[in-house]
Amino acid sequence: MENRQLIPVADFCDYYHIEFSFVRSLHDYGLLEFTTVKEVHYLRAEDLSELEKMVRLYYELDINLEGIDAIRHILQRMDKLQEELNSLKNRLDFYES
Amino acid sequence: MDFVDYYKILEVTKGASDADIKKAYRKLARKYHPDLNPNDAAAKLKFQQVNEANEVLSDPDKRKKYDEFGKDWKYADEAKQYQEKASRNRPRDRRPDQGFSGDFSGGDFSDFFESMFGGQSSRRGTQVKFRGQDITAELQLTLKDVYTSQKHTLTVNGKNIRLTIPAGVENGQTIKIAGYGGEGVNGGPSGDLYISFSIENTTKFKRDGNNLHTEVEIDLYTALLGGEVTIDTFDGQAKLVVKPETPNGQKVKLKGKGFPVYKKDNEFGDLFVTWQIKIPSGLTENEKELFRQLQKLRANGK
Repeated sequence: MENRQLIPVADFCDYYHIEFSFVRSLHDYGLLEFTTVKEVHYLRAEDLSELEKMVRLYYELDINLEGIDAIRHILQRMDKLQEELNSLKNRLDFYES
Repeated sequence: MDFVDYYKILEVTKGASDADIKKAYRKLARKYHPDLNPNDAAAKLKFQQVNEANEVLSDPDKRKKYDEFGKDWKYADEAKQYQEKASRNRPRDRRPDQGFSGDFSGGDFSDFFESMFGGQSSRRGTQVKFRGQDITAELQLTLKDVYTSQKHTLTVNGKNIRLTIPAGVENGQTIKIAGYGGEGVNGGPSGDLYISFSIENTTKFKRDGNNLHTEVEIDLYTALLGGEVTIDTFDGQAKLVVKPETPNGQKVKLKGKGFPVYKKDNEFGDLFVTWQIKIPSGLTENEKELFRQLQKLRANGK
């Protein structure tokens, strides 16, 4: 069985001094997944970095959930394009060398 | 150490109000924030400058001092006296949302700032805990290095990291090592380390994904009559049969003799060999005569 590290959402909120309602709204908006065990909501450790990014976008840059969603899509697209660009660069090297 | 024009950085005039400065800062911070400009060193630098400019211009004491001594920063003694006075009056209870977490800049304020204000921002201590910055490093390897999985020890931020780089990694590929980035801000967890690979190829093989390509010379007679040649593969040699009447530039595929497939044990791409027929030179009179005879035969019989 896969051993996943889970962090209680409440602990995350305490640690980062943010409101639970904000994390909840990210979940309700489909931007974040919870794992619920015995009615306690948990975050997956691998989602932490992405969640922190969303916290920064919201609290530091005043970007609302719709904006965060749009930015995430664009960043994912940028990642994909970057991979494609890298692959094409390697192919170009192949023909140029 | 050069004078830093904070007004210019924030794109405001010297008479800008606090509200103008806040507005300009928020606008530029959104533009250059590292979360919105991943792997963009220029944007990161700009973000640091914008943060620094805001640090000074949004604080009435610092702004006053900057306006007074800014261009004459060499008056270090006066600046120090002022700094001591200012540090006693420094506000310590700023709200977390008044400034950016600064976790991307990690104290990278300019020498100019350090000289005038003695280093770190007064805001740092009161801010929300944040994960440390992600660090990007480049590792230069050769194509031979990445043909097999290899263990490497890297030193990043004073920590030794032992990692195994899987065979088949691509040029330009980036891998993430969780928790080995910058230390967290205000006790937050560490960031991640991203290693991108720059792979130099000094071999005679060309790589295209998992496949390798090479050119092999064969003599005219082998190409015409067929034969057997031994060729170099990436990690050894292989015997290949050359079919009679092989045309120049013909390719043959050696299945499974290419490059290892990333993170797939014992899976390899293919090796493509292109035959290059070498035309004999320095022919003797006898050889020329024989070729003339062949030419005549071909002319009659096509």
